[in-house]
Amino acid sequence: MADVVLKTDRLNKCFGALKASSDVSLDLRSGEIHALIGPNGAGKSTLIKQIAGNLVPDSGTVELLGQDVTALDTVARARMGLGRTFQISALAMEYTVLQNAVLGALGGRGRVFHFFRNVMKDPELLEQARDALERVGLTQDANRRTADLSHGQRRQLEVAVALTLKPKLFLMDEPMAGLGTAGSKALTGFLDGLRQEAPILLVEHDMDAVFALADRISVLVYGQIIATGTADEIRANAEVRRAYLGEEDAA
Amino acid sequence: MTYILVLEQILNGLQLGMMLFLMAAGLTLVFGVMGLINLAHGSLYMVGAFAAAAVAGWTGSFLLALIASLAAAAAAGALMELVVIRRLYRRDHLDQVLATFALILIFSEGTRWLFGSFPLFLDVPSYLSGPVSLPGGIQYPLYRLTIILIGLAIAAGLFLLIARTRIGIQIRAGEADREMIAALGVDISKLYTLVFALGAALAGLAGALVGAIQSVQVGMGEPVLILAFVVIVIGGIGSIKGALAGALLVGMTDTLGGVFLPQLFAVFMDPASAASAGASLASMLIYILMAAILLVRPSGLYGGSA
Amino acid sequence: MMLTRESLLNWAMIAALLVVPLAAWSLDEPFIITLATKAAILALAGVGLNIALGLGGLISLGHAAFFGIGGYAMGILAAHAQNYEPLFEWPFLFEGSNQMPLIWLVAVVFSALAALVIGALSLRTSGVYFIMITLAFGQMLYYFAISWSAYGGEDGLSIWVRNEFPGLNTLDPIQFFAIAYVILCLALVFAARLARSPFGLALAAARQNEDRVQAVGLTPFVLRLTAFVISGAITGLAGALFADLNRFVSPTMLSWHTSGEIMIFVILGGVGRLYGPVAGAALYILLEHLLGGISDYWQIFLGVLLLLIVLFARGGLIGALAGREKAHG
Ligand SMILES: Nc1ncnc2c1ncn2[C@@H]1O[C@H](COP(=O)(O)OP(=O)(O)O)[C@@H](O)[C@H]1O
Ligand SMILES: [Mg+2]
Repeated sequence: MADVVLKTDRLNKCFGALKASSDVSLDLRSGEIHALIGPNGAGKSTLIKQIAGNLVPDSGTVELLGQDVTALDTVARARMGLGRTFQISALAMEYTVLQNAVLGALGGRGRVFHFFRNVMKDPELLEQARDALERVGLTQDANRRTADLSHGQRRQLEVAVALTLKPKLFLMDEPMAGLGTAGSKALTGFLDGLRQEAPILLVEHDMDAVFALADRISVLVYGQIIATGTADEIRANAEVRRAYLGEEDAA
Repeated sequence: MTYILVLEQILNGLQLGMMLFLMAAGLTLVFGVMGLINLAHGSLYMVGAFAAAAVAGWTGSFLLALIASLAAAAAAGALMELVVIRRLYRRDHLDQVLATFALILIFSEGTRWLFGSFPLFLDVPSYLSGPVSLPGGIQYPLYRLTIILIGLAIAAGLFLLIARTRIGIQIRAGEADREMIAALGVDISKLYTLVFALGAALAGLAGALVGAIQSVQVGMGEPVLILAFVVIVIGGIGSIKGALAGALLVGMTDTLGGVFLPQLFAVFMDPASAASAGASLASMLIYILMAAILLVRPSGLYGGSA
Repeated sequence: MMLTRESLLNWAMIAALLVVPLAAWSLDEPFIITLATKAAILALAGVGLNIALGLGGLISLGHAAFFGIGGYAMGILAAHAQNYEPLFEWPFLFEGSNQMPLIWLVAVVFSALAALVIGALSLRTSGVYFIMITLAFGQMLYYFAISWSAYGGEDGLSIWVRNEFPGLNTLDPIQFFAIAYVILCLALVFAARLARSPFGLALAAARQNEDRVQAVGLTPFVLRLTAFVISGAITGLAGALFADLNRFVSPTMLSWHTSGEIMIFVILGGVGRLYGPVAGAALYILLEHLLGGISDYWQIFLGVLLLLIVLFARGGLIGALAGREKAHG
């Protein structure tokens, strides 16, 4: 078995009476894309937040690179090499695209307490930032204000910022949402290659992308993982068809 | 240090706490329902006190003066809401701070222009002056006791209002979700004006009641406003229960600290330095209390997440 | 380098702040020099606040605390020096001082320390809590100063002669103005560089999106606390100069009205604009002088003006003259 980079063990999280995570155990191995699918409100984002450190689970543990990180905060987990994109873009909206990417590179480098040098003239940071923008196809837009970007371009920038961190694994919450067909295709191709660099835990609604990319798929319904397996296994799984794909077919 | 003195000071603390509650209730409601921080709440306190002093001067009736304080502060509050405050609900906190700070300047200087810089006096009416004997042999000023009772009555009334009435339900719904109550067909702008005027009336009443013990002057609302902020921070923003708990805590701490800290220091210091060191520490006591509570509960005793 | 309208305006302002007192000096109008000095010092206080407020998005209503601590640093050191009463004798004899550089150092160190403590407590919270708590801590120091009878209590402390600066005659208004002006310019240069530095980039990002900053592995709390300390230190330095200008310090410097006024300088000029505090403080002094001459109640007009700016002209003076702000960098 390949190295396990990330592992959750029986995570539980309730919001009042609502059980958003119920004994969720999954893992992410190096070199793979592990897709997490499930209907809206199934608890995917809630799970991502517990893995990233924004939400404390009621019980259960999160292990990152072999270390129990349940008690660590977001910042510590990011420093360990967890690169993340948000479902709702979390970017500095007044900044240019390039500034956001430089911010990522700066975070990756970690030494932020410099008060005099011009950060936008730091060759090392600029190179990393430009490189990441180029990889997601935002080079042309480097000097635009982030607030003026289209929804899809913001998704791309989210990915670029995560890239600048040179993370050991990626957590991506619906990176394709709002990208349009051409955009999704391009990003699909890009993520396909990215898995060699670092494995990806991918939450996605775009089923074409999921089935094209994922080495393994886990299906989350009402906070519970009802199946984990390869694309073919998931397609064949009766419970999944009933609980999830059935809805899609009917729609 | 006799136990009568202690009891008397506890009553004084209770009285200050009740006044602070009247101030804090309006502030915390306005924040809870409208998400607005209102620095000019102290101006409404001042408006109430001046209205009471003026009416008492014309009519000689304390009861009319109190009614005038309620009416004037409510009217000033409603006007403030209609002209300025409602433009601020969707703005960030910085804009709210600045605009309401501007309102303080306008209200304070406007009052000074109308009434002059000299303090006015509002007398305690004869039927409320003088001491009354309480069980246990305590002689306590009837007027202060009345303030405590009025405060308690209003606290009970507010809890009932919020727990039982239609407006209360709307207020609670508004705290939970602004869009939702609009969707339910409640006229949200009317509700906001009403809540704001209610908070203003309570502040005005507090101003009038205190105005009869202290003097009525420009700027009198500001120290009280800041104490009310401390109350809210301690109690948790948006919570009436928190406002009551915080007000009592602050009222007691401030009163008892001011009296007993110098005496405590005198045990191991010479009297003169004990008096000054005790007074210095007492003046900071409630802020130290606030800091301590913040360390344990950053969103206050009854607050949700900050 | 292309000059934008805003940077032209900035140069014009900083030049005007120099030219007006120089003209007044040649016309022998010391009062105008004093007004310009006051504007420069208040602008410095605003530059300090603007680092927390404009860059970091921290709405501090307690900056009077640092302004006042700076003022009392001046008052206490100078009072001991003028009365020949040592401030302390252990571990070494310290007689107080009437030397500005030493006074400034003490002012900066103590206001930074106060900012560290107040910031560490207040920054555990955010939003309205932060506003109320900074206000409350400021007020705590205000009441403390009132009750601290050793240094004048409510009446404050006066000193007889202005403190000294090596090689200058600080009693000459234009020379004291020069000191304040140079410090203001240095602070502006510092603030400009800070805004473009790695620290500034991360700090302003934390204002715009806290999640993003955490996700790239930076801690907003630490960034903000650092900004708060720097901000408090600069405002403290301004406080020391202000007290020296008046040769007087009192609890008023610590009152929350002072906090509100410092914030007004920043806002009148335009939030987040580097030179906003300069425009704002100059406008404030001008209004105080002009309107104050017309009516004792001039603050009504100030209130109305502030209200109009907040409601209808959010960019402040610079915004009105130079147009919308550009993403910097
Ligand atoms: N902070 C929260 N408080 C209360 N309920 C929440 C919170 N966050 C999410 N939920 C609820 O938990 C469930 C799962 O949400 P989420 O994880 O966002 O679903 P998904 O990402 O799969 O669409 C939803 O019913 C949502 O309403
Ligand atoms: Mg989701």
